[in-house]
Amino acid sequence: MKKILASLAAIGFVMAAGAAIAQDDEHSAAEPTHFPIHKPKQVEWSFAGPFGTYDKAQLQRGLKVYKEVCSACHSMDLVAFRTLEDLGYSEAQVKAFAAEYTIEDGPNDDGDMFERPGLPSDYFTPPFPNMQAAAASNGGAAPPDFSLIAKARGVERGFPTFIFDIFTQYAENGPDYIYSLLTGYDEEPPAGMEIAEGTHYNPYFIGGKSLAMAPPLSDDQVTYDDGAPQTVDQYARDVSAFLMWAAEPHLEDRKKTGFRVMVFLILFAGLMYATKRRVWANVPH
Amino acid sequence: MSEGHSTYTPTTGLGRWFDARMPLPRLVYDSFIAYPVPRNLNYMWTFGGILSIMLVSQIVTGIVLAMHYASDTGIAFSSVEKIMRDVNSGWLLRYMHANGASFFFIAVYLHIMRGLYYGSYKAPRELLWILGCIIYLLMMATGFMGYVLPWGQMSFWGATVITGFFTAIPVVGNWIQELLLGGFAVDNPTLNRFFALHYLLPFMIAGVVVLHVWALHVTGQNNPTGIEVKSKTDTVAFTPYATIKDALGMIVFLIFFAYFIFYMPNYLGHPDNYIQADPLKTPAHIVPEWYFLPFYAILRAITFNIGPIDSKLGGVLAMFGAIAVLFVVPWLDTSKVRSAVYRPWYRLFFWIFLVDCIFLGWLGSRPAEGSYVIMAQIATLYYFAFFIVIMPVLGLIETPRRLPNSITEAVLEKNKAGGAVHPEGAAASPEIRG
Ligand code: HEC
Ligand code: HEM
Repeated sequence: MKKILASLAAIGFVMAAGAAIAQDDEHSAAEPTHFPIHKPKQVEWSFAGPFGTYDKAQLQRGLKVYKEVCSACHSMDLVAFRTLEDLGYSEAQVKAFAAEYTIEDGPNDDGDMFERPGLPSDYFTPPFPNMQAAAASNGGAAPPDFSLIAKARGVERGFPTFIFDIFTQYAENGPDYIYSLLTGYDEEPPAGMEIAEGTHYNPYFIGGKSLAMAPPLSDDQVTYDDGAPQTVDQYARDVSAFLMWAAEPHLEDRKKTGFRVMVFLILFAGLMYATKRRVWANVPH
Repeated sequence: MSEGHSTYTPTTGLGRWFDARMPLPRLVYDSFIAYPVPRNLNYMWTFGGILSIMLVSQIVTGIVLAMHYASDTGIAFSSVEKIMRDVNSGWLLRYMHANGASFFFIAVYLHIMRGLYYGSYKAPRELLWILGCIIYLLMMATGFMGYVLPWGQMSFWGATVITGFFTAIPVVGNWIQELLLGGFAVDNPTLNRFFALHYLLPFMIAGVVVLHVWALHVTGQNNPTGIEVKSKTDTVAFTPYATIKDALGMIVFLIFFAYFIFYMPNYLGHPDNYIQADPLKTPAHIVPEWYFLPFYAILRAITFNIGPIDSKLGGVLAMFGAIAVLFVVPWLDTSKVRSAVYRPWYRLFFWIFLVDCIFLGWLGSRPAEGSYVIMAQIATLYYFAFFIVIMPVLGLIETPRRLPNSITEAVLEKNKAGGAVHPEGAAASPEIRG
């Protein structure tokens, strides 16, 4: 047995070394071939870990950033106004919020389409009538929908980090990525790098060295009424947390249920183990 | 072993009435209560039971998902999101089903590795083994088609790449691909037929599982020593001995399963599948689900032509060959001894094989370029050499260790030697004696 373990360990070591060498392959500063150029920064999120919960004040601030800044370009088709009650708003507040939107409805009894104020059962309205219009207004790159963006982006963690992630329960790749992207415009491109016209260098972008979105945030752009700092960094944190909620509205419920299930299963396993020992007590095996 | 006479005696009037007409209670009694199992089975033997509950779990969650799912390319993606957001506990159902597929494969891989280690495929269990390989194939087809249903980017492009393999087959290749797709590209007809087949195949799996268990109950279980059961003292009754051990194994397995469902439900998935399928936008790297990665690595390792076989066909042949070779393992292994416990050299090669498979899986997730290709070629070579060279040759030249005369003797020897190391043996601690 010891011999097996030793040989296993030796093989594993050789492979890991080979893998590490292969991973560090060619990386030229001016013309990188693998993106993103920088790994995302890791932020401490209130919703991380087994007991994580959303910070409602943060989600409300994030909603405000989305509404006042991002929603000019990014749709969020799958999120209904009624679900905003999760952020701590009352029914009446949600009703008022929805009513600020104009929804096309119909046809009415005369066969005409008409416009009416939004209801809680309606969904966020898109800024552009279709993908083509969205792309045409943004230099050819359509701004992606936000309903699932926080789960639709994840930078590979690489070996062996992806194994440790199982134990640390790291599942915040999405919000970390969005935060890093939003705060990642400051760096100058390395000498010799060519940046296509109409695009902006961002070493955190997963799809290349630059993207069509100009830095969307600046200090004091959105007014917070709860005293939180009005900085790009804070806006980026808040909107990233909000987008995580938009993508995974039942996260709190999931983790809470999970805790109960785990406690139940572990107790059950303990009882089973005791019973098993008892049953097998007089049977050498 | 189970062929002996049945010991079932119905005690109630209703029981006797049934027994005379359709002895289903007798079948259950003989299969799950009185059925004799080797007394020395370890926890690697609990994966059969675990696989059964995973199949039931997939079928139950799948049927409820199907009540809310719409297999139309226009709304498939949003119907899955409706399940996640609006259906009561829909997120739980879907995460159970998606992670359930992964854990189904984890269990089946451990189950297969158990078979390879203890020589469970050797006579008289060849058919049992082959039925298992058929289940595995059906599982792969089911998992592949299921992954297409949520209609994300990886669903679409994975389906495009995998159905594309078939075009490498000479003469009939294009026809097979068009039959699978219901057209020339992945589209609505593809999604519809995949949904129909994804609904059907699990029930076919259930059917083959019945045959698998039937064959098992004829030959009896293998055990860690690989020695056949010889006398009554070698076995214990299924209930309570195996039942309780299986139950413990299942619950521990469920703990790991629950950990992923509730704390990292998207860890085993690909972020791109949260982007709706777009036939005009190819993802940077198209990767299949993790459980196909070793075969994907083998496919891409063949980068050279072999005579009239070009590299594309060669890759496809190697990939299918990697699965096909499992079917003939019973005849490739020439050793007279079953269990690796008594085969020091086989044991070493087995563990290298295991690491090789994991390594291939990792390579499958890498782009096929640079040093990855060479590593994949070496790993593929070992994969095939293990079955085609090592298994037959080693059986002829290896000197196995001395075998005990019976399971009972092996158990008693082990308990004498390692009493202190294996406290769950004869010396139960007093506080749980009750
Ligand atoms: C003026 C329009 C505009 C505004 C306002 C805007 N974006 Fe964007 N955004 C874009 C465009 C265009 C793209 C696509 C970029 C590309 O693919 O090159 C994009 C892409 C993104 C992406 C995806 C990057 C990727 O990995 O593909 C994220 C995340 C994002 N924006 C976040 C935000 C956030 C958060 C806000 C609000 C603070 C915001 N954007 C405001 C136009 C905008
Ligand atoms: C052998 C057992 C099964 C396996 C291995 C399996 C596997 C899968 C996989 C991998 C997915 C994609 C999950 C995702 O990424 O979202 C999926 C989806 C789905 N499966 Fe199954 N499945 C099985 C049985 C069933 C059964 C019996 C049904 C119903 C009759 C079913 C219905 C569905 C539906 C409706 C979806 C799409 C919804 C979704 O994506 O969550 N499955 N399956």
